[in-house]
Amino acid sequence: MATIVVQRPKLKWHERWFISTLIKGLKITMGHAIHTWGTLLRGKGEVTMQYPEEKWDASLPEHYRGAPALVTDEHGRERCVSCQLCEFICPPRAITITPEEIPNNDPWAKVEKRPREFKIDMIRCIYCGMCEEVCPEQAIFLRKDYAISGETRASMVHDKKRLYEIGGVRTGLVNKWNELK
Amino acid sequence: MDFLNNINLAFIIASAVKIVFFTFVVILPMVAYSVYAERRGSAIIQDRVGPNRTGIPMTLLGFKKDIPLSGLLQPMADGLKFLLKEDFTPDHVNKFYYWLAPVLTMVPALLTAAVIPFGSEFDLGWVDAISKWGWVKWLTDLVGITISGDWTQHPVKMVIADIGVGPLYTFAIASLSVYGIVLAGWSSNSKFPFLGGVRSSSQMISYEISLGLSIIPVLMIFGDLNLSKIAQFQDANGWLLLPAWGKGLTLGRWVLLIPVFISFIIFTVSMFAETNRTPFDLPECETELVGGYHTEYSSMKFALFFMGEYAAMIIGSGMIVTLFFGGWSIPFAPALGLDYKAGATPLWLGLAHFATFIAKVIAFILLFIWVRWTLPRFRYDHLMKLGWLVFFELALANIILTAIILMCFPL
Repeated sequence: MATIVVQRPKLKWHERWFISTLIKGLKITMGHAIHTWGTLLRGKGEVTMQYPEEKWDASLPEHYRGAPALVTDEHGRERCVSCQLCEFICPPRAITITPEEIPNNDPWAKVEKRPREFKIDMIRCIYCGMCEEVCPEQAIFLRKDYAISGETRASMVHDKKRLYEIGGVRTGLVNKWNELK
Repeated sequence: MDFLNNINLAFIIASAVKIVFFTFVVILPMVAYSVYAERRGSAIIQDRVGPNRTGIPMTLLGFKKDIPLSGLLQPMADGLKFLLKEDFTPDHVNKFYYWLAPVLTMVPALLTAAVIPFGSEFDLGWVDAISKWGWVKWLTDLVGITISGDWTQHPVKMVIADIGVGPLYTFAIASLSVYGIVLAGWSSNSKFPFLGGVRSSSQMISYEISLGLSIIPVLMIFGDLNLSKIAQFQDANGWLLLPAWGKGLTLGRWVLLIPVFISFIIFTVSMFAETNRTPFDLPECETELVGGYHTEYSSMKFALFFMGEYAAMIIGSGMIVTLFFGGWSIPFAPALGLDYKAGATPLWLGLAHFATFIAKVIAFILLFIWVRWTLPRFRYDHLMKLGWLVFFELALANIILTAIILMCFPL
Protein backbone atom coordinates (compact mmCIF):
# COMPACT_ATOMS: atom_id res chain seq x y z
CA MET A 1 0.00 0.00 0.00
CA ALA A 2 1.41 3.24 -1.04
CA THR A 3 1.72 5.88 1.59
CA ILE A 4 1.11 9.40 0.38
CA VAL A 5 2.72 12.05 2.52
CA VAL A 6 0.63 15.20 2.31
CA GLN A 7 2.63 18.36 2.69
CA ARG A 8 0.67 20.61 5.02
CA PRO A 9 1.10 24.30 4.32
CA LYS A 10 3.50 25.96 6.72
CA LEU A 11 1.49 28.64 8.51
CA LYS A 12 2.99 31.76 9.98
CA TRP A 13 2.19 32.47 13.64
CA HIS A 14 -0.41 35.11 12.80
CA GLU A 15 -2.11 32.73 10.40
CA ARG A 16 -2.15 29.96 12.99
CA TRP A 17 -3.76 32.24 15.55
CA PHE A 18 -6.50 33.38 13.19
CA ILE A 19 -5.33 37.00 13.21
CA SER A 20 -4.51 37.66 9.56
CA THR A 21 -6.77 34.85 8.35
CA LEU A 22 -9.77 36.24 10.22
CA ILE A 23 -9.22 39.68 8.70
CA LYS A 24 -8.83 38.13 5.26
CA GLY A 25 -12.05 36.16 5.66
CA LEU A 26 -13.99 39.16 6.94
CA LYS A 27 -12.77 41.13 3.93
CA ILE A 28 -14.01 38.46 1.51
CA THR A 29 -17.46 38.17 3.08
CA MET A 30 -17.82 41.95 3.30
CA GLY A 31 -16.86 42.22 -0.36
CA HIS A 32 -19.59 39.76 -1.32
CA ALA A 33 -22.09 41.48 0.93
CA ILE A 34 -21.39 44.95 -0.51
CA HIS A 35 -21.49 43.66 -4.07
CA THR A 36 -24.77 41.78 -3.64
CA TRP A 37 -26.39 44.56 -1.65
CA GLY A 38 -25.37 47.09 -4.26
CA THR A 39 -26.89 44.95 -7.00
CA LEU A 40 -30.10 44.61 -5.00
CA LEU A 41 -30.33 48.33 -4.26
CA ARG A 42 -29.71 49.36 -7.86
CA GLY A 43 -32.33 46.87 -9.00
CA LYS A 44 -30.19 46.08 -12.04
CA GLY A 45 -28.19 42.93 -12.60
CA GLU A 46 -28.95 39.41 -11.46
CA VAL A 47 -28.61 38.04 -7.96
CA THR A 48 -30.84 34.99 -8.01
CA MET A 49 -33.84 34.04 -10.16
CA GLN A 50 -37.04 35.29 -8.50
CA TYR A 51 -38.88 32.01 -8.90
CA PRO A 52 -42.62 32.46 -9.29
CA GLU A 53 -42.18 35.55 -11.48
CA GLU A 54 -39.15 34.35 -13.40
CA LYS A 55 -38.99 30.75 -14.56
CA TRP A 56 -36.40 28.57 -16.18
CA ASP A 57 -38.95 26.84 -18.45
CA ALA A 58 -37.54 28.16 -21.73
CA SER A 59 -34.10 26.79 -20.89
CA LEU A 60 -35.25 23.30 -19.85
CA PRO A 61 -33.18 20.73 -21.80
CA GLU A 62 -34.84 18.31 -24.21
CA HIS A 63 -34.09 15.36 -21.97
CA TYR A 64 -35.71 16.95 -18.92
CA ARG A 65 -37.73 14.43 -16.91
CA GLY A 66 -40.93 15.99 -15.57
CA ALA A 67 -44.37 14.55 -15.00
CA PRO A 68 -45.13 11.28 -16.89
CA ALA A 69 -48.10 11.53 -19.28
CA LEU A 70 -49.98 9.45 -21.86
CA VAL A 71 -50.15 10.48 -25.52
CA THR A 72 -52.55 9.88 -28.40
CA ASP A 73 -51.42 9.36 -31.99
CA GLU A 74 -52.33 11.37 -35.09
CA HIS A 75 -55.66 9.49 -35.46
CA GLY A 76 -56.74 10.39 -31.97
CA ARG A 77 -56.24 6.79 -30.84
CA GLU A 78 -54.78 6.22 -27.43
CA ARG A 79 -51.45 4.54 -27.86
CA CYS A 80 -51.50 2.61 -24.61
CA VAL A 81 -52.48 -1.02 -25.13
CA SER A 82 -52.58 -1.78 -21.43
CA CYS A 83 -49.69 -4.25 -21.42
CA GLN A 84 -48.87 -3.12 -17.84
CA LEU A 85 -45.09 -3.24 -18.36
CA CYS A 86 -44.78 0.27 -16.91
CA GLU A 87 -46.83 -0.80 -13.91
CA PHE A 88 -44.44 -3.68 -13.25
CA ILE A 89 -41.23 -1.75 -13.82
CA CYS A 90 -42.23 1.33 -11.80
CA PRO A 91 -39.80 1.32 -8.82
CA PRO A 92 -42.05 3.18 -6.37
CA ARG A 93 -45.20 1.45 -7.74
CA ALA A 94 -46.83 4.73 -8.61
CA ILE A 95 -48.73 3.39 -11.65
CA THR A 96 -52.00 1.47 -11.43
CA ILE A 97 -53.66 0.23 -14.65
CA THR A 98 -57.10 -1.33 -15.02
CA PRO A 99 -57.11 -3.02 -18.46
CA GLU A 100 -60.20 -3.43 -20.63
CA GLU A 101 -61.04 -5.23 -23.88
CA ILE A 102 -61.89 -3.05 -26.85
CA PRO A 103 -65.41 -3.96 -28.03
CA ASN A 104 -65.81 -5.51 -31.52
CA ASN A 105 -67.76 -2.60 -32.96
CA ASP A 106 -64.91 -0.19 -32.27
CA PRO A 107 -62.89 0.93 -35.34
CA TRP A 108 -59.67 0.00 -33.44
CA ALA A 109 -60.97 -3.39 -32.37
CA LYS A 110 -57.89 -5.13 -33.74
CA VAL A 111 -55.76 -3.42 -31.03
CA GLU A 112 -57.71 -5.66 -28.59
CA LYS A 113 -56.77 -3.94 -25.30
CA ARG A 114 -56.85 -0.47 -23.82
CA PRO A 115 -56.72 0.90 -20.29
CA ARG A 116 -60.06 1.52 -18.62
CA GLU A 117 -58.31 3.47 -15.93
CA PHE A 118 -54.70 4.62 -15.79
CA LYS A 119 -53.57 6.20 -12.53
CA ILE A 120 -50.19 7.68 -11.61
CA ASP A 121 -49.75 8.70 -7.99
CA MET A 122 -47.61 11.83 -8.23
CA ILE A 123 -46.75 11.64 -4.53
CA ARG A 124 -44.99 8.34 -5.22
CA CYS A 125 -43.52 9.10 -8.64
CA ILE A 126 -39.74 9.60 -8.58
CA TYR A 127 -39.45 10.85 -12.20
CA CYS A 128 -37.00 8.06 -13.11
CA GLY A 129 -38.35 7.65 -16.65
CA MET A 130 -38.36 3.85 -16.59
CA CYS A 131 -42.01 3.75 -17.71
CA GLU A 132 -41.06 5.75 -20.80
CA GLU A 133 -38.12 3.47 -21.51
CA VAL A 134 -40.02 0.23 -21.11
CA CYS A 135 -43.15 1.18 -23.08
CA PRO A 136 -43.32 -0.91 -26.31
CA GLU A 137 -45.98 1.33 -27.85
CA GLN A 138 -44.32 4.65 -27.02
CA ALA A 139 -47.44 5.74 -25.23
CA ILE A 140 -46.01 7.21 -22.05
CA PHE A 141 -43.56 10.12 -21.96
CA LEU A 142 -42.03 12.30 -19.32
CA ARG A 143 -43.03 15.90 -20.04
CA LYS A 144 -41.55 19.16 -18.80
CA ASP A 145 -44.20 19.85 -16.14
CA TYR A 146 -42.50 20.03 -12.74
CA ALA A 147 -44.67 22.22 -10.51
CA ILE A 148 -47.23 19.60 -9.55
CA SER A 149 -49.18 20.39 -6.43
CA GLY A 150 -52.50 19.60 -4.85
CA GLU A 151 -54.36 20.21 -1.65
CA THR A 152 -55.34 16.59 -0.96
CA ARG A 153 -53.68 13.24 -1.54
CA ALA A 154 -56.51 12.31 -3.91
CA SER A 155 -55.89 15.35 -6.09
CA MET A 156 -52.26 14.28 -6.48
CA VAL A 157 -53.31 11.08 -8.30
CA HIS A 158 -53.39 11.79 -12.03
CA ASP A 159 -56.17 9.83 -13.75
CA LYS A 160 -56.42 8.93 -17.43
CA LYS A 161 -58.15 12.17 -18.44
CA ARG A 162 -55.53 14.34 -16.74
CA LEU A 163 -52.68 12.23 -18.19
CA TYR A 164 -53.92 12.71 -21.76
CA GLU A 165 -54.40 16.41 -21.02
CA ILE A 166 -50.74 16.76 -20.05
CA GLY A 167 -49.51 14.41 -22.80
CA GLY A 168 -51.37 15.72 -25.82
CA VAL A 169 -50.80 14.31 -29.29
CA ARG A 170 -47.59 12.76 -30.64
CA THR A 171 -47.46 12.20 -34.38
CA GLY A 172 -45.38 9.66 -36.24
CA LEU A 173 -43.13 7.05 -34.78
CA VAL A 174 -41.11 8.74 -32.12
CA ASN A 175 -37.50 7.70 -32.10
CA LYS A 176 -37.31 6.53 -28.55
CA TRP A 177 -33.66 5.58 -28.77
CA ASN A 178 -32.79 9.18 -29.40
CA GLU A 179 -29.74 9.67 -27.25
CA LEU A 180 -31.24 12.77 -25.66
CA LYS A 181 -34.38 10.92 -24.58
CA MET B 1 -45.54 47.16 59.26
CA ASP B 2 -43.48 50.27 59.35
CA PHE B 3 -41.79 49.66 56.02
CA LEU B 4 -45.10 49.98 54.18
CA ASN B 5 -45.10 53.67 55.07
CA ASN B 6 -41.73 54.11 53.43
CA ILE B 7 -42.63 52.60 50.07
CA ASN B 8 -41.97 55.00 47.27
CA LEU B 9 -44.88 54.31 44.94
CA ALA B 10 -43.48 56.46 42.13
CA PHE B 11 -40.24 54.43 42.23
CA ILE B 12 -42.10 51.11 42.02
CA ILE B 13 -44.30 52.29 39.15
CA ALA B 14 -41.26 53.69 37.33
CA SER B 15 -39.43 50.35 37.75
CA ALA B 16 -42.42 48.38 36.48
CA VAL B 17 -42.76 50.66 33.46
CA LYS B 18 -39.03 50.33 32.78
CA ILE B 19 -39.16 46.53 33.00
CA VAL B 20 -42.09 46.33 30.59
CA PHE B 21 -40.62 48.93 28.23
CA PHE B 22 -37.08 47.54 28.03
CA THR B 23 -38.22 43.90 27.77
CA PHE B 24 -41.19 44.11 25.45
CA VAL B 25 -40.52 47.30 23.49
CA VAL B 26 -36.72 47.23 23.24
CA ILE B 27 -35.30 43.71 23.61
CA LEU B 28 -37.98 41.43 22.13
CA PRO B 29 -38.45 43.45 18.90
CA MET B 30 -34.65 43.65 18.68
CA VAL B 31 -34.51 39.85 18.99
CA ALA B 32 -37.09 39.50 16.21
CA TYR B 33 -35.32 41.94 13.93
CA SER B 34 -31.84 40.57 14.61
CA VAL B 35 -33.15 37.27 13.27
CA TYR B 36 -34.30 39.18 10.18
CA ALA B 37 -30.92 40.93 9.96
CA GLU B 38 -29.19 37.58 10.33
CA ARG B 39 -31.19 36.11 7.45
CA ARG B 40 -30.72 39.10 5.15
CA GLY B 41 -27.07 39.48 6.19
CA SER B 42 -26.24 35.83 5.55
CA ALA B 43 -28.09 36.09 2.24
CA ILE B 44 -26.08 39.00 0.87
CA ILE B 45 -22.83 37.48 2.13
CA GLN B 46 -23.67 34.29 0.21
CA ASP B 47 -24.82 36.18 -2.93
CA ARG B 48 -28.52 35.55 -2.32
CA VAL B 49 -31.55 37.78 -1.75
CA GLY B 50 -33.02 36.45 1.51
CA PRO B 51 -36.57 36.90 2.78
CA ASN B 52 -37.85 39.88 0.79
CA ARG B 53 -41.54 39.15 0.27
CA THR B 54 -43.41 38.99 3.56
CA GLY B 55 -45.32 42.24 3.74
CA ILE B 56 -48.91 43.38 3.91
CA PRO B 57 -50.98 40.59 2.29
CA MET B 58 -53.25 42.77 0.16
CA THR B 59 -54.24 39.78 -2.00
CA LEU B 60 -56.10 38.38 0.99
CA LEU B 61 -58.27 41.51 0.95
CA GLY B 62 -59.03 41.15 -2.72
CA PHE B 63 -56.37 43.45 -4.18
CA LYS B 64 -54.16 42.53 -7.12
CA LYS B 65 -50.74 42.88 -5.47
CA ASP B 66 -49.14 42.45 -2.06
CA ILE B 67 -47.01 45.18 -0.53
CA PRO B 68 -43.68 43.40 0.09
CA LEU B 69 -41.93 46.03 2.32
CA SER B 70 -38.61 44.21 1.63
CA GLY B 71 -39.78 41.39 3.88
CA LEU B 72 -39.84 43.59 6.98
CA LEU B 73 -42.84 41.71 8.34
CA GLN B 74 -41.01 38.37 8.17
CA PRO B 75 -40.42 38.26 11.98
CA MET B 76 -44.20 38.53 12.56
CA ALA B 77 -44.81 35.65 10.17
CA ASP B 78 -42.10 33.62 11.91
CA GLY B 79 -43.65 34.33 15.31
CA LEU B 80 -47.11 33.39 14.05
CA LYS B 81 -45.71 30.17 12.63
CA PHE B 82 -44.12 29.27 15.97
CA LEU B 83 -47.40 29.96 17.78
CA LEU B 84 -49.50 27.85 15.42
CA LYS B 85 -47.15 24.87 15.14
CA GLU B 86 -47.90 21.68 16.99
CA ASP B 87 -46.14 21.61 20.34
CA PHE B 88 -44.90 18.06 20.28
CA THR B 89 -43.51 16.39 23.40
CA PRO B 90 -41.81 13.08 22.58
CA ASP B 91 -42.76 10.08 24.68
CA HIS B 92 -39.26 9.22 25.84
CA VAL B 93 -38.33 12.54 27.45
CA ASN B 94 -38.20 13.52 31.09
CA LYS B 95 -41.25 15.78 30.98
CA PHE B 96 -40.54 18.15 33.89
CA TYR B 97 -37.00 19.08 32.87
CA TYR B 98 -37.97 19.02 29.21
CA TRP B 99 -40.47 21.81 29.90
CA LEU B 100 -38.15 23.65 32.28
CA ALA B 101 -35.15 23.83 29.92
CA PRO B 102 -36.42 26.42 27.35
CA VAL B 103 -37.56 28.69 30.19
CA LEU B 104 -34.14 28.44 31.83
CA THR B 105 -32.53 29.59 28.59
CA MET B 106 -34.80 32.56 27.92
CA VAL B 107 -35.30 33.95 31.43
CA PRO B 108 -31.62 34.51 32.43
CA ALA B 109 -31.01 36.23 29.11
CA LEU B 110 -33.80 38.71 29.87
CA LEU B 111 -32.87 39.02 33.58
CA THR B 112 -29.40 40.26 32.77
CA ALA B 113 -30.97 43.25 31.03
CA ALA B 114 -31.79 44.64 34.50
CA VAL B 115 -28.38 46.20 35.12
CA ILE B 116 -27.58 47.47 31.62
CA PRO B 117 -27.88 51.27 31.43
CA PHE B 118 -29.89 51.85 28.25
CA GLY B 119 -29.52 55.62 28.54
CA SER B 120 -28.50 58.37 30.90
CA GLU B 121 -31.73 59.70 32.42
CA PHE B 122 -35.27 60.46 31.43
CA ASP B 123 -36.46 63.96 32.34
CA LEU B 124 -40.05 64.09 33.58
CA GLY B 125 -40.39 67.87 33.23
CA TRP B 126 -42.71 67.42 30.26
CA VAL B 127 -45.35 65.93 32.58
CA ASP B 128 -45.51 69.29 34.37
CA ALA B 129 -45.80 71.07 31.06
CA ILE B 130 -48.60 68.83 29.84
CA SER B 131 -50.56 69.15 33.08
CA LYS B 132 -50.79 72.91 32.46
CA TRP B 133 -52.50 72.43 29.06
CA GLY B 134 -56.11 73.67 28.96
CA TRP B 135 -58.04 70.47 28.41
CA VAL B 136 -55.74 68.34 30.57
CA LYS B 137 -56.15 70.83 33.43
CA TRP B 138 -59.92 70.79 32.91
CA LEU B 139 -59.98 66.99 32.94
CA THR B 140 -57.80 66.61 36.05
CA ASP B 141 -59.84 69.28 37.88
CA LEU B 142 -62.99 67.36 36.94
CA VAL B 143 -61.64 64.09 38.37
CA GLY B 144 -60.07 65.96 41.27
CA ILE B 145 -56.42 64.86 41.02
CA THR B 146 -53.17 66.68 40.47
CA ILE B 147 -50.63 65.12 38.14
CA SER B 148 -47.50 67.11 38.83
CA GLY B 149 -45.82 66.71 42.15
CA ASP B 150 -42.53 65.84 43.73
CA TRP B 151 -41.98 62.88 41.37
CA THR B 152 -41.87 65.00 38.23
CA GLN B 153 -38.93 66.98 39.65
CA HIS B 154 -36.56 63.97 39.69
CA PRO B 155 -35.43 62.47 36.37
CA VAL B 156 -35.73 58.68 36.04
CA LYS B 157 -32.54 56.71 35.41
CA MET B 158 -32.73 54.62 32.24
CA VAL B 159 -31.59 51.44 33.96
CA ILE B 160 -33.94 48.97 35.61
CA ALA B 161 -31.81 48.22 38.68
CA ASP B 162 -29.08 50.72 39.49
CA ILE B 163 -27.10 48.35 41.70
CA GLY B 164 -23.41 48.38 42.67
CA VAL B 165 -22.58 44.84 41.43
CA GLY B 166 -23.41 45.25 37.73
CA PRO B 167 -21.00 42.93 35.88
CA LEU B 168 -20.97 40.39 38.74
CA TYR B 169 -24.76 40.16 38.58
CA THR B 170 -24.65 39.73 34.80
CA PHE B 171 -22.11 36.90 34.99
CA ALA B 172 -23.97 35.19 37.84
CA ILE B 173 -27.26 35.19 35.95
CA ALA B 174 -25.83 34.60 32.47
CA SER B 175 -24.05 31.44 33.60
CA LEU B 176 -27.43 30.08 34.72
CA SER B 177 -28.50 29.87 31.09
CA VAL B 178 -26.12 26.93 30.59
CA TYR B 179 -28.42 24.92 32.87
CA GLY B 180 -31.16 25.37 30.29
CA ILE B 181 -28.97 23.85 27.60
CA VAL B 182 -27.64 21.05 29.79
CA LEU B 183 -31.13 20.16 31.02
CA ALA B 184 -32.45 20.21 27.47
CA GLY B 185 -29.70 17.85 26.39
CA TRP B 186 -30.16 15.53 29.32
CA SER B 187 -33.97 15.44 29.51
CA SER B 188 -34.34 14.80 25.77
CA ASN B 189 -33.07 11.27 26.46
CA SER B 190 -31.43 10.90 23.08
CA LYS B 191 -27.75 10.82 22.20
CA PHE B 192 -27.28 13.93 20.05
CA PRO B 193 -28.93 16.40 22.43
CA PHE B 194 -26.98 14.73 25.24
CA LEU B 195 -23.67 15.31 23.45
CA GLY B 196 -24.72 18.91 22.82
CA GLY B 197 -25.48 19.43 26.49
CA VAL B 198 -22.16 17.95 27.59
CA ARG B 199 -20.25 20.11 25.11
CA SER B 200 -22.14 23.17 26.25
CA SER B 201 -21.26 22.67 29.92
CA SER B 202 -17.56 22.13 29.29
CA GLN B 203 -17.44 25.05 26.89
CA MET B 204 -19.14 27.34 29.41
CA ILE B 205 -16.74 26.38 32.20
CA SER B 206 -13.68 27.11 30.08
CA TYR B 207 -14.96 30.44 28.80
CA GLU B 208 -16.66 31.77 31.93
CA ILE B 209 -13.25 31.95 33.65
CA SER B 210 -11.56 34.03 30.98
CA LEU B 211 -14.74 36.10 30.61
CA GLY B 212 -14.67 36.99 34.29
CA LEU B 213 -10.90 37.52 34.49
CA SER B 214 -10.79 39.64 31.34
CA ILE B 215 -12.85 42.48 32.80
CA ILE B 216 -10.89 42.71 36.06
CA PRO B 217 -8.41 45.18 34.43
CA VAL B 218 -11.40 47.25 33.33
CA LEU B 219 -12.83 47.28 36.84
CA MET B 220 -9.39 48.17 38.23
CA ILE B 221 -9.35 51.24 36.02
CA PHE B 222 -12.88 52.33 36.91
CA GLY B 223 -12.70 51.30 40.56
CA ASP B 224 -16.46 50.79 40.45
CA LEU B 225 -18.88 47.97 39.66
CA ASN B 226 -21.92 50.13 39.02
CA LEU B 227 -22.53 50.04 35.27
CA SER B 228 -24.30 53.40 35.10
CA LYS B 229 -21.40 55.06 36.98
CA ILE B 230 -18.99 53.34 34.57
CA ALA B 231 -20.92 54.83 31.64
CA GLN B 232 -20.98 58.27 33.28
CA PHE B 233 -17.25 58.14 33.90
CA GLN B 234 -16.59 57.30 30.25
CA ASP B 235 -18.95 60.06 29.14
CA ALA B 236 -16.92 62.62 31.09
CA ASN B 237 -13.42 61.17 30.63
CA GLY B 238 -13.34 59.36 27.31
CA TRP B 239 -14.31 55.83 26.38
CA LEU B 240 -12.01 53.07 27.53
CA LEU B 241 -11.05 52.28 23.93
CA LEU B 242 -11.20 55.92 22.77
CA PRO B 243 -9.68 58.11 25.52
CA ALA B 244 -9.87 61.37 23.60
CA TRP B 245 -11.38 63.88 26.03
CA GLY B 246 -11.44 64.85 29.71
CA LYS B 247 -9.04 62.85 31.87
CA GLY B 248 -8.57 60.51 28.92
CA LEU B 249 -5.95 62.82 27.48
CA THR B 250 -3.38 61.84 30.15
CA LEU B 251 -0.49 59.57 29.16
CA GLY B 252 -1.60 56.85 31.60
CA ARG B 253 -4.90 56.26 29.82
CA TRP B 254 -3.15 55.87 26.49
CA VAL B 255 -0.63 53.37 27.91
CA LEU B 256 -3.58 51.53 29.46
CA LEU B 257 -4.97 51.02 25.97
CA ILE B 258 -2.69 47.94 25.63
CA PRO B 259 -4.25 45.88 28.47
CA VAL B 260 -7.70 47.30 27.68
CA PHE B 261 -7.44 46.11 24.10
CA ILE B 262 -6.35 42.63 25.23
CA SER B 263 -9.29 42.61 27.66
CA PHE B 264 -11.63 43.65 24.88
CA ILE B 265 -10.46 40.83 22.59
CA ILE B 266 -10.76 38.17 25.30
CA PHE B 267 -14.12 39.50 26.45
CA THR B 268 -15.58 39.62 22.93
CA VAL B 269 -14.35 36.14 21.97
CA SER B 270 -15.60 34.72 25.27
CA MET B 271 -18.93 36.43 24.64
CA PHE B 272 -19.16 34.60 21.32
CA ALA B 273 -18.61 31.33 23.20
CA GLU B 274 -20.97 32.32 25.99
CA THR B 275 -23.83 33.03 23.58
CA ASN B 276 -23.18 29.87 21.50
CA ARG B 277 -22.49 31.80 18.33
CA THR B 278 -20.36 30.50 15.49
CA PRO B 279 -17.38 29.80 15.54
CA PHE B 280 -18.16 28.40 19.02
CA ASP B 281 -21.64 26.95 18.39
CA LEU B 282 -20.55 23.42 19.28
CA PRO B 283 -23.59 22.62 21.45
CA GLU B 284 -25.90 22.87 18.47
CA CYS B 285 -23.59 22.18 15.54
CA GLU B 286 -25.95 20.86 12.87
CA THR B 287 -23.36 18.95 10.88
CA GLU B 288 -22.36 16.63 13.72
CA LEU B 289 -25.20 16.63 16.23
CA VAL B 290 -28.34 16.95 14.06
CA GLY B 291 -29.59 20.02 15.93
CA GLY B 292 -27.61 19.69 19.14
CA TYR B 293 -29.43 20.28 22.41
CA HIS B 294 -32.70 21.37 20.78
CA THR B 295 -33.07 18.38 18.43
CA GLU B 296 -36.17 17.10 20.22
CA TYR B 297 -37.82 20.50 20.57
CA SER B 298 -40.49 21.99 18.35
CA SER B 299 -42.75 25.01 18.06
CA MET B 300 -42.69 27.62 20.85
CA LYS B 301 -40.26 25.67 23.03
CA PHE B 302 -37.73 25.70 20.20
CA ALA B 303 -38.52 29.39 19.64
CA LEU B 304 -37.63 30.09 23.28
CA PHE B 305 -34.16 28.58 22.77
CA PHE B 306 -33.78 30.58 19.60
CA MET B 307 -34.93 33.84 21.18
CA GLY B 308 -32.80 33.15 24.26
CA GLU B 309 -29.71 32.92 22.07
CA TYR B 310 -30.44 36.23 20.38
CA ALA B 311 -31.45 37.95 23.63
CA ALA B 312 -28.15 36.80 25.17
CA MET B 313 -26.38 38.21 22.13
CA ILE B 314 -28.08 41.60 22.57
CA ILE B 315 -27.29 41.75 26.28
CA GLY B 316 -23.71 40.62 25.57
CA SER B 317 -23.33 43.41 23.04
CA GLY B 318 -24.79 45.78 25.63
CA MET B 319 -22.13 44.68 28.14
CA ILE B 320 -19.29 45.12 25.65
CA VAL B 321 -20.60 48.55 24.69
CA THR B 322 -21.05 49.64 28.29
CA LEU B 323 -17.63 48.48 29.45
CA PHE B 324 -15.45 49.43 26.49
CA PHE B 325 -17.35 51.86 24.28
CA GLY B 326 -18.88 54.26 26.76
CA GLY B 327 -22.40 52.82 26.88
CA TRP B 328 -24.87 55.55 26.01
CA SER B 329 -22.25 58.27 25.72
CA ILE B 330 -22.03 60.24 22.50
CA PRO B 331 -18.43 60.51 21.18
CA PHE B 332 -16.69 63.80 22.04
CA ALA B 333 -19.73 64.70 24.14
CA PRO B 334 -18.16 67.41 26.39
CA ALA B 335 -16.75 69.22 23.36
CA LEU B 336 -20.12 69.13 21.62
CA GLY B 337 -22.06 69.96 24.79
CA LEU B 338 -23.92 66.67 24.55
CA ASP B 339 -22.58 65.23 27.81
CA TYR B 340 -24.57 64.02 30.77
CA LYS B 341 -25.26 66.52 33.56
CA ALA B 342 -26.56 64.76 36.66
CA GLY B 343 -30.19 65.70 37.23
CA ALA B 344 -30.21 68.35 34.51
CA THR B 345 -30.13 66.38 31.25
CA PRO B 346 -32.88 67.65 28.99
CA LEU B 347 -35.40 65.19 27.59
CA TRP B 348 -34.08 65.27 24.01
CA LEU B 349 -30.53 64.59 25.18
CA GLY B 350 -31.72 61.65 27.28
CA LEU B 351 -33.44 60.20 24.21
CA ALA B 352 -30.31 60.87 22.11
CA HIS B 353 -28.24 58.92 24.66
CA PHE B 354 -30.74 56.05 24.43
CA ALA B 355 -30.53 56.10 20.62
CA THR B 356 -26.71 56.14 20.80
CA PHE B 357 -26.72 53.06 23.00
CA ILE B 358 -29.09 51.20 20.68
CA ALA B 359 -27.00 52.21 17.64
CA LYS B 360 -23.82 50.85 19.27
CA VAL B 361 -25.57 47.60 20.21
CA ILE B 362 -26.87 47.20 16.64
CA ALA B 363 -23.34 47.72 15.32
CA PHE B 364 -22.14 44.89 17.56
CA ILE B 365 -24.98 42.59 16.51
CA LEU B 366 -24.00 43.18 12.89
CA LEU B 367 -20.42 42.24 13.84
CA PHE B 368 -21.73 39.02 15.44
CA ILE B 369 -23.62 38.22 12.22
CA TRP B 370 -20.66 39.11 10.02
CA VAL B 371 -18.30 36.84 11.98
CA ARG B 372 -20.84 34.00 12.02
CA TRP B 373 -21.00 33.85 8.23
CA THR B 374 -17.23 34.19 7.86
CA LEU B 375 -15.64 31.68 10.21
CA PRO B 376 -16.16 27.91 10.12
CA ARG B 377 -16.82 26.10 13.39
CA PHE B 378 -13.81 25.35 15.61
CA ARG B 379 -12.81 21.79 16.28
CA TYR B 380 -13.64 20.80 19.83
CA ASP B 381 -10.09 20.35 21.10
CA HIS B 382 -9.03 23.63 19.47
CA LEU B 383 -11.77 25.38 21.37
CA MET B 384 -10.72 23.86 24.69
CA LYS B 385 -7.07 24.67 24.01
CA LEU B 386 -7.91 28.28 23.17
CA GLY B 387 -9.96 28.67 26.33
CA TRP B 388 -7.69 26.97 28.85
CA LEU B 389 -4.19 27.43 27.44
CA VAL B 390 -4.41 30.86 25.83
CA PHE B 391 -7.20 33.08 27.13
CA PHE B 392 -6.98 32.00 30.76
CA GLU B 393 -3.25 32.74 31.01
CA LEU B 394 -3.52 35.86 28.89
CA ALA B 395 -6.27 37.25 31.12
CA LEU B 396 -4.21 36.57 34.26
CA ALA B 397 -1.10 38.20 32.77
CA ASN B 398 -3.24 41.11 31.67
CA ILE B 399 -4.36 41.78 35.24
CA ILE B 400 -0.72 41.97 36.41
CA LEU B 401 0.20 44.20 33.46
CA THR B 402 -2.67 46.56 34.28
CA ALA B 403 -1.64 46.66 37.94
CA ILE B 404 1.92 47.61 36.99
CA ILE B 405 0.75 50.32 34.59
CA LEU B 406 -1.68 51.70 37.18
CA MET B 407 1.21 51.82 39.67
CA CYS B 408 3.34 53.88 37.28
CA PHE B 409 0.53 56.14 36.08
CA PRO B 410 -1.99 56.57 38.91
CA LEU B 411 -5.31 57.83 37.51
